[in-house]
Amino acid sequence: MEKINVSMKVNGKEESLTVEPRTLLVHALREHLEYTGAHIGCSSSHCGACTIDMNGKSVKSCTVFAPQAEGAEILTVEGIGSPDKLHALQEMFKEHHGLQCGYCTPGMIMRSYRFLQENPNPTEEEVRFGISGNLCRCTGYQNIVKSIMAAASKIRDEANVEKKEIA
Amino acid sequence: MDDVKIPSSEERKSALSGLGTSRKRVEDARFTQGKGNYVDDIKLKGMLFGDFVRSPVAHARVKNIDTSAALALPGVHAVLTAADLEPLGLHWMPTLAGDKQMVLADGKVLFQGQEVAFVVGDDRYAVADGVSLVEVEYDELPVVTDPFKAELKDAPILREDIADQKEGAHGARRHPNHIFTWEAGEKEETNKVLDEAEVVADEMVYYHRTHPCPLETCGCVASMDKVNGKLTVWGTFQAPHAVRTVASLISSIPEHNIRIISPDIGGGFGNKVGVYPGYICSIVASIVTGVPIKWVEDRMDNLMATAFARDYWMHGKISATKDGKITGLWCHTTADHGAFDACADPTKFPAGFMNICTGSYDIPVAYLAVDGVYTNKAPGGVAYRCSFRVTEASYFIERMIEVLASKLGMDSAELRSKNFIKKEQFPYTSALGWEYDSGDYHQAWEKAMTSVNYKQLREDQKKQLQLFKEGKSRKLMGIGLSHFTEIVGAGPVKNCDILGLGMFDACEIRIHPTGSAIARLGTISQGQGHATTFAQILASEIGIPASDITLEEGDTDTAPYGLGTYGSRSTPVAGAATAMAGRKIRAKAQMIAAYLLEVHDDDVEWDVDRFSVKGAPEKFKTMKEIAFASYNQAIPGVEPGLEAVSYYDPPNMTYPNGAYVVVMEIDVDTGVSDIKKVYALDDCGTRINPMIIEGQVHGGLTEALAISMGQEIAYDEQGNVMTGTLMDFFIPTAWETPTYETDYTETPSPHHPIGAKGVGESPNVGGVSAFSNAVHDAFKPFGLTQAHMPHDHWRVWKIAKDLGLHN
Repeated sequence: MEKINVSMKVNGKEESLTVEPRTLLVHALREHLEYTGAHIGCSSSHCGACTIDMNGKSVKSCTVFAPQAEGAEILTVEGIGSPDKLHALQEMFKEHHGLQCGYCTPGMIMRSYRFLQENPNPTEEEVRFGISGNLCRCTGYQNIVKSIMAAASKIRDEANVEKKEIA
Repeated sequence: MDDVKIPSSEERKSALSGLGTSRKRVEDARFTQGKGNYVDDIKLKGMLFGDFVRSPVAHARVKNIDTSAALALPGVHAVLTAADLEPLGLHWMPTLAGDKQMVLADGKVLFQGQEVAFVVGDDRYAVADGVSLVEVEYDELPVVTDPFKAELKDAPILREDIADQKEGAHGARRHPNHIFTWEAGEKEETNKVLDEAEVVADEMVYYHRTHPCPLETCGCVASMDKVNGKLTVWGTFQAPHAVRTVASLISSIPEHNIRIISPDIGGGFGNKVGVYPGYICSIVASIVTGVPIKWVEDRMDNLMATAFARDYWMHGKISATKDGKITGLWCHTTADHGAFDACADPTKFPAGFMNICTGSYDIPVAYLAVDGVYTNKAPGGVAYRCSFRVTEASYFIERMIEVLASKLGMDSAELRSKNFIKKEQFPYTSALGWEYDSGDYHQAWEKAMTSVNYKQLREDQKKQLQLFKEGKSRKLMGIGLSHFTEIVGAGPVKNCDILGLGMFDACEIRIHPTGSAIARLGTISQGQGHATTFAQILASEIGIPASDITLEEGDTDTAPYGLGTYGSRSTPVAGAATAMAGRKIRAKAQMIAAYLLEVHDDDVEWDVDRFSVKGAPEKFKTMKEIAFASYNQAIPGVEPGLEAVSYYDPPNMTYPNGAYVVVMEIDVDTGVSDIKKVYALDDCGTRINPMIIEGQVHGGLTEALAISMGQEIAYDEQGNVMTGTLMDFFIPTAWETPTYETDYTETPSPHHPIGAKGVGESPNVGGVSAFSNAVHDAFKPFGLTQAHMPHDHWRVWKIAKDLGLHN
């Protein structure tokens, strides 16, 4: 099959790759660009392990073709924090035992990342609905919900501090 | 020196983060930052991919396999069929249950999704193209999907390879589709008790076929290094050492030239215990092509072909006196094992620990028989978050208790309480031969009943029923109770082995000169957090902070031999080995400390993180000092260094137990249930890390919710899998999952070095009964005694319809 060039920005870095047009975005990210944070659990959009952020929206990268991401801004779990400065979600998932085997975690965190921008002050019920496209087999979600609520609160607090500092 | 205050024992203890602390997990840094290392993340130079051509039909002769079109495709390197594997003797492989299984279809296929050919190519896409171009000609045969029809005279013979064998791996066979009959207990005595009983309840309890479905499917990367003659296989292995031994036995590659590595595993739940055709084909393909081969199954492959769980039809009779004292239990189980007997059970237990089916009750006499049969379904029968059929056994007895309670007109909470094994009866030998180590069932039960305010719940239920009867509500309330006794920690080598490998486990510890340490174990975490919790066990044993101890598992070249992680065996067996190895370290440390302090060995005593001179606590040597001394001092009669290894053969199994209560409201017109309360009290003995225990309970309860309320592997009469995708196979989302209340009692195991019993599987064992009993309880006033799981909306709606509640 003839290959085509695709360019996208991943975690702030310009990337360009040559792939078959049928290449799925998750394979492009994992195998061509070596961002292995996003995982594959079902290849059919049900489990959400491959969730990433594309142009400011959560997408399941197992059902997006790489060429559809031409020119897109992609954010993966590798891009939201650093070992020295974890994102509030990463910190709170650790703090509240929001993960066990870790396989759903990158997708779960990336969905939560977008969800908290859509709804910075959610109720527990809204969190549960907001992440219902992501399956976890280990935790029973209780501590995931707790982690997201704690991260939401931390992000809000940080934002308030910033506002005060500016004022 | 005088002005330096020695921290108190308590302060030093707390600095260790040892037993009983909710230590945060060390695994989480990599998992939250996308830096886990799962098998599909492994990328080797020159690596090719492999995938299967699978059978679209459940039973057929394979008349011809034409691989030419696939091979002609650029990007496809090889296509393996049984004919290619036969010269190597690898077209069949042994199963864990003493049977054998086709690696690739050898003349016929026996279930839908069976592996027929293995296509190797440049990448997943080329392989998928190749798979679609392999032409297989099938000659379809009649199909057996009903286990009760498997042994009919004119039933189609499934396993022609063993059709004439009268002796199987587990005794006599009476029909070509019969695998084994396994018995336990006293048949005649039980029949006599049942015949003479005042009350007998008789019911068929079905625990349907389901699937562990971890979020990460099974897979491997096999790499044959022909220069050095060494085979390395990275894979989703819950028992890496056992895989190494089996691989050596069937491939004739010497065991020292095989290295099995389990990297991070994305959930196991029993799914990753077995050896699957994908592993064998990847190894062969790597030998043939000389380059590494990656095989990762997709979700449909996983659900259709890789290790189902349960599928037990359990016919029970339970007898009692009129006032509710249980006198006997009888059970006949028909076990649907699919096309090959690939159950993951200890060799001597072809029906696992199904003989724990007397549960938490003091039942004087019992009898159990299990018939295993072949059908045209996928092989498996793995312990899905369960210790070898304990979930089936527990569900059986907890349903039978409810059925008996209905017959007696007695509250089932009271019936349970009346028949629990009493605290003073431990160690207790059950009628079916197990020695329960410890428990205080009455205490747990009373705590549970008080915590949920059971009396009030029954009052609320009555009110709701009244509203329903008056036509003011279309909802019924159900209260589901369960008390379970698990049997985990397989197990004593005298009666537990898999393929001849005794089920001990091991831990090896090395203390570094500067006082930190590495410990290696024969187990492998799949999310349980071993690196966190086993370090806690050691911290308490050797006085080195948990944060200074690295835990390593899963690499057979470095870890001591062990039988892996499943059946809640890690804490009871490897956890015990860890404590024992720690004690060996401490024994040597004592000699070093005594030498350094210039006193006799017996004149020093252990104090949290140091040895101090008896009666003079200001004279001491910390473990850190002792560690350094072991590397730089010539101590007479003591070898340099500070290392220890322990191979632990447990004297008995451990028996975690618990009391669960589920409350739900069911809409009789839609069959939708609204879960109002889930209370889970667990007694797992000594609690190592309460945070992790609680997390395990949440997860296990959610799997129990899934299994009881909707999850199943269903087949139609032609043997087509009806639930092969996550669209059809129910996994609860955060939206459907309730919030859980957890509680505990703590009755240590008397024979375990630290008294721990294991907890990972308890919530699945206890949870399924509690959810299912709640559904039954809601419809009890209308005469329902038994309705088979899963209780999905349609089936619950059907219960209501059949009871005339829609009129």
